[in-house]
Amino acid sequence: MADLRRTCLYDLHEELGAKLVPFAGYEMPVQYPMGVLKEHLHTRAQAGLFDVSHMGQVILRPKGDMAALEAAFEALMPVAVTGLAEGRQRYGLFTNARGGILDDLMFANRGDHLFVVVNAACKETDIAHMTAHLGPVAKVEPVTDRALLALQGPEAEAVLAALVPQVAEMRFMDVIAVDTVFGALWISRSGYSGEDGFEISLPEASAPDFARNLLAHPAVAPIGLGARDSLRLEAGLCLYGHDIDENTTPVAAGLSWAIQKARRRGGAREGGFPGAERILQELAEGAPALRVGFHPETRAPMREGTVIWDAPEGGRNVGGITSGGYGPSVEAPIAMGYVPQDCAEPGTRLWGELRGKRLPVTVSELPFRPSTYKR
Amino acid sequence: MKYTEDHEWLRVESTPEGDIVVVGITEHAATQLGDVVFVELPEVETVVATGDEVVVIESVKAASDILAPVDGEIIEVNAKLSDKPGLVNDDPTGAAWFFKMKIDDLSVLDDFMDEDEYNDMIG
Repeated sequence: MADLRRTCLYDLHEELGAKLVPFAGYEMPVQYPMGVLKEHLHTRAQAGLFDVSHMGQVILRPKGDMAALEAAFEALMPVAVTGLAEGRQRYGLFTNARGGILDDLMFANRGDHLFVVVNAACKETDIAHMTAHLGPVAKVEPVTDRALLALQGPEAEAVLAALVPQVAEMRFMDVIAVDTVFGALWISRSGYSGEDGFEISLPEASAPDFARNLLAHPAVAPIGLGARDSLRLEAGLCLYGHDIDENTTPVAAGLSWAIQKARRRGGAREGGFPGAERILQELAEGAPALRVGFHPETRAPMREGTVIWDAPEGGRNVGGITSGGYGPSVEAPIAMGYVPQDCAEPGTRLWGELRGKRLPVTVSELPFRPSTYKR
Repeated sequence: MKYTEDHEWLRVESTPEGDIVVVGITEHAATQLGDVVFVELPEVETVVATGDEVVVIESVKAASDILAPVDGEIIEVNAKLSDKPGLVNDDPTGAAWFFKMKIDDLSVLDDFMDEDEYNDMIG
């Protein structure tokens, strides 16, 4: 694994007995000795600590005023940036001219700049994309000396508040910056597990100490990418490159909620983003295929790539699974994928082809498990 | 107990109808697979050849096959694993046997590793 990068918590992962695997160019913990299943359940019951330092952190610093940066950033996404209050974060999507998704991201208004977190696998292209389009109005500054940790689960607030009391006052998608003995912490109340929790950006130099402090709490266990994946799958959240990509539109992906009224037809700042024609049309008329959940009716998990049919034999190949596996909290196999509109109604029975056999699945609503964000 | 390169263990049991071979996977294999969430067992009375895929194991991470270690007939499967696949992690060399086979010639087992040789292989 010579060419792989390591996060500043690599030594800690090894010390904790992590199994390390290549992921998005980094050597990352896929699981710790507890194992994926128990790590998943521990996060839902108490609190899990995730190293997500491989993700891209970027500051967009306006050359002039923030309004010009916000307007330029809006031109890359069907999402409202203007109007996002200081101290608030929002989910965003870079789109292409065909309305496909280049990446999904989080961005926060931190008063005199925007702070953006993008997927690890896309960060170089995202930075190039932002630099190319925002150059006239903003400096695009990749943050390369800070770690990113996620603390997720019902005990996350109590654990983090012991070190940073201010977090108890935060609501879902609030962001704050706090000076501590660990340096400046940039904290958002968010995550990707469906649980209440926080993401904490902090200086690499103090990140191992900070992580050890959190792990010293009996409610906190280190959690690898394996459980991160099953947690987000149960929460119905998309994984870029699997459930969404350059060929899926936000409407097809069930992400229309991320497109505020102001950017839709008749809105104050209608359109004006890549792929607007297609996305606005799909918002009004629906997309030909939609992302749905599947409950396999047998106990056999159905994974990415499983072909979906509309009949137990013969019939049409109507779609496929883009993410799937076993849901430890729902105690059953779960999956999601795309099917045409006429197959997308929850309760519709379809068939997934597994090892040459077609096994029944039921189309279901997403998420599989209600989220517990602190609104 | 004998061991295959595919991390199966084979145990000979004497029954009134003759000797049979019980097949499971090793502790090492169970650990590598991770938490097992589904086991698909073969039909009883299936006649299998060495290398046939006879069992599918799904862990939280991936699907894996168990291959028939020798030629023979499946005479019993461990139905408990359908309801409690986690037994494969809890007791891989005991309660979580997968199937029992009738084979013609027990001497074919001589080719497999003993415990020391297997432990050397997995290092």
